[in-house]
Amino acid sequence: MTTVHEIHEEATGDVPIRRITITVNGERRVVECEPRLLLAHLLRQGLRLTGTHLGCDTTNCGACTVLVDGRAVKSCTMLAVQADGHEVTTVEGLATASELHPLQEGYREEHGLQCGFCTPGMMLSAKALLDENPDPSEEDVRWALSGNLCRCTGYQNIVKSVLWAAAKLRSE
Amino acid sequence: MSQALDENKIGGLGVSRKRVEDNRFIRGRGNYTDDIVLPGMLHMEILRSPLAHARIKSIDTSRAWEIPGVRLVLTGEMAATRNLAWMPTLSYDTQAVLATDKVRFQGQEVACVVADDPYIAKDACEAIDVEYEPLPVIVNPEQAVAEGAPLIRDDKAGQADNVVYRWEVGDQAGTDAAFEHAAVVSKLRLHYPRSHPSPIECCGSVADFDRATGKLTVYMTTQAPHIIRAAVAMVAELPEHLIRIISPDIGGGFGNKVPVYPGYVCSILCSILLERPVKWIEDKTGNLISTGFARDMYLDGELALRADGKILGVRMHAEADHGAFFADAQPSKFKIGLLHSTFACYNVPAAHLTARGTYTNKAPGGVAYRCSFRVTEAMFFQERMVHQAAKDLGLDPAEFRRRNFVRADAFPYRTPFGFLVDSGQPEACLDVGLKAVGYEDFLRQKEEARRRGRRLGIGISTMTEPLGAGNSREYDILGIKMFDSAELRVHMTGKALLRVGAKSQGQGHETTWAQIVSHELGIPADDVTVEEGDTDTAPFGMGTYASRSTPVAGAAISMVSRKIRAKARKLAAHLLEVSEEDLEWELGRFSVRGVPEHGVTIQECAMAAYGNMPDGMEPGLENHAYYDPPNLTWPFAVYIVTVEVDPETGVWDVLNTVAVDDCGVRINPMIVEGQIMGGLTEAYAMANMQFITFDAEGNCVGSNYMDYLLPTAWETPGFELHSEVVTPSPHHPIGAKGVGECAAVGGPAAFVNAVMDALDDTGVRNIDMPLLPDRVWEALTQHHDVSGAPPVRTDD
Ligand code: FES
Ligand code: FES
Repeated sequence: MTTVHEIHEEATGDVPIRRITITVNGERRVVECEPRLLLAHLLRQGLRLTGTHLGCDTTNCGACTVLVDGRAVKSCTMLAVQADGHEVTTVEGLATASELHPLQEGYREEHGLQCGFCTPGMMLSAKALLDENPDPSEEDVRWALSGNLCRCTGYQNIVKSVLWAAAKLRSE
Repeated sequence: MSQALDENKIGGLGVSRKRVEDNRFIRGRGNYTDDIVLPGMLHMEILRSPLAHARIKSIDTSRAWEIPGVRLVLTGEMAATRNLAWMPTLSYDTQAVLATDKVRFQGQEVACVVADDPYIAKDACEAIDVEYEPLPVIVNPEQAVAEGAPLIRDDKAGQADNVVYRWEVGDQAGTDAAFEHAAVVSKLRLHYPRSHPSPIECCGSVADFDRATGKLTVYMTTQAPHIIRAAVAMVAELPEHLIRIISPDIGGGFGNKVPVYPGYVCSILCSILLERPVKWIEDKTGNLISTGFARDMYLDGELALRADGKILGVRMHAEADHGAFFADAQPSKFKIGLLHSTFACYNVPAAHLTARGTYTNKAPGGVAYRCSFRVTEAMFFQERMVHQAAKDLGLDPAEFRRRNFVRADAFPYRTPFGFLVDSGQPEACLDVGLKAVGYEDFLRQKEEARRRGRRLGIGISTMTEPLGAGNSREYDILGIKMFDSAELRVHMTGKALLRVGAKSQGQGHETTWAQIVSHELGIPADDVTVEEGDTDTAPFGMGTYASRSTPVAGAAISMVSRKIRAKARKLAAHLLEVSEEDLEWELGRFSVRGVPEHGVTIQECAMAAYGNMPDGMEPGLENHAYYDPPNLTWPFAVYIVTVEVDPETGVWDVLNTVAVDDCGVRINPMIVEGQIMGGLTEAYAMANMQFITFDAEGNCVGSNYMDYLLPTAWETPGFELHSEVVTPSPHHPIGAKGVGECAAVGGPAAFVNAVMDALDDTGVRNIDMPLLPDRVWEALTQHHDVSGAPPVRTDD
């Protein structure tokens, strides 16, 4: 897919505008933005992919986690220009048109979410883990998710959700 | 032959139905306030005070106005021209929207900027020059009432000191007499530290004033949209139908999203002034330092005891720090929330409670953080006192509780403070908990471990909580009586739309509410769509907090369903050509008495309501219900925690956590369990790490997630849940009681009691929360209590 999309973020004074190219969920996007624009804001405001949430803007809560070239990254901590030439996966890219990702199924099956605000970031951190380690222990999962805060669930069901997804992925 | 439906198949009562809201959340298609974009929308940022107490000498906004893209720079002085420099709080106090005379806490709103994008707005905030003259700062109640303390609220006519209220309840003479007869008096002084509910999503609003129609629409993160609408109507002197409050998906609330915050008001005012939509999304620091704190209370307690362990009386004094403005939402007649629900599950003949609230230079606090008003403090006080009393008497804490519990056959039970506890089986729950944790065995292990230099401890908390704030005789917010509402429309094909006055912040209302309709009418839950949170469409309701949704709104849903069923019965009688009395109801179907195969389904009745009604009957199958509960509901719970304390470091690890929750009938057991696990995590957080403190200058320590410690998946222990004991509420239509907060309310004492138990041979009677390793270590090595507010961490 090679859809081209242009964004014009209004500049203040003499702030330069940079043109960058990133592939988001498999789609190539060409974007113009200020160098100081955070990746999280580019995704949310610029590209209207609002599944990536902002919970803290200090790199602590993990709600904004996305994958950059397959690695989990807190998108409130990365500048959009740093993503130039890279591939980004957000929660919107997890499911295909017809099928949920096993992680999404797992969270639903095991009641791994309540308000759902932390959920996209949690699922992407979990995806980074499962891509690397298809058969994690409970401890592995807890460690991998320790950069993501959740205030609703108590984590127990989140851990179960990830293990559910791991089992499903292994059996596929 | 009966054709009755099975609740399991249609998703009725007691079914762990998968959540319908998850379908959008797991795809990233939730619609939270920050996701809302309106044409022409501008962005607002708030400038906050860096000082906790200071006179504002001047505010110079000229540099900010010069930045391209800035549309409005608003100060308190400008807001005053619209009569909006001050606003009423939900506790009948007044709070500055934007400070004009003084700032009274760090983080207080001083000015705001509206610009084309949030980056520009932030730049412009930094370009505002404010000149402050520092004033002496008060950070605790002791300083607040000390001789010569500076007056914080000099804006309030008649306010001569820093006392918000003095309050007293109970029987002083009777309690004094009980203490005279006591064999032993057990005393504790406890501090419940200031804490922040901290939902991951911060607060925010998108205000949109349409000059053409005069209508104000506000999307906002509020747990109580109708109350906000009422407040806006009163302040702005606009009729309610010209105000539409929409609370879309909310990323957690926990009581933090009940109050009215200056940011909401500013975004509304800016939208009116600019005639364009204005979005304000708070950042985490702003959220942590300025919105809805909880707790912050010093509790002095005494128990009068007979030698055999019988409690004769309770004395209690509470010193509550409310910060600079008294701004929590609470039933107005109870100055200190429901603190006097303390000892409700114990048979206590006499009790007396005094309380004092104070103003200090801290952000407004005292909100109900995952609890029904101040019940968390009440239950913590109760369970710490009970633990200590048992130890002072040399009795086993479980046995001590057993001797004092209200017996299951003594309900309804009237407490010395006048509450009527509806029902409960305290002993049965305790039995389940002790068995699950292997109590006797653990006590043996503890002794054995101690001989080998290891310290194990076990802590119990047995609590009850008054839920379902309502019953209009006694409870109101801003004079608006507390009840709740539901409106149900059954369409002709039997599909239904349910609108409710409550508002989910993650509790799963869309799933649970449909199950109640399903249970009452036999319509498959999948055929019931639930809507909440839009004041233009939802019936008037009080919102969701204090675990009141199921006890009050849930009851309204039952009642409206029953009204629908009553009309459907008339339609069925018409269709079956018999009299109503000859009909029998089974789930989803009416049949002729004695001829079960001759019947009609609820869906057929629905069709008839629009196409084949009897002569004279009003068409349609829809109705609404307002439910005013006759009493509070009283779930009961037992939490038991075992820990190991490392004497070298003071670090403690949780070995086991057992929870036995009797919350009456469970509508969706999966969701109930999720709520309990979430609550236990908050309890663990309170006991272990989560607190906000202030230095002597009033600087808030805990203004971001590096300093405000919240547990992650890594340290949070696992929990074992039990649901064997079910005591249906005798007055709730389906016997449910509410549960979302029980574990957060009752849990902290279990963790603290466990650590104190591990230290029970050291002479230490108390360590105040949070039980940080250094505080535990200090108690262990120096053999003294570690009480009072947590120290300010100095990392350098
Ligand atoms: S918003 Fe990025 S880590 Fe919290
Ligand atoms: S589900 Fe609400 S923060 Fe995780």
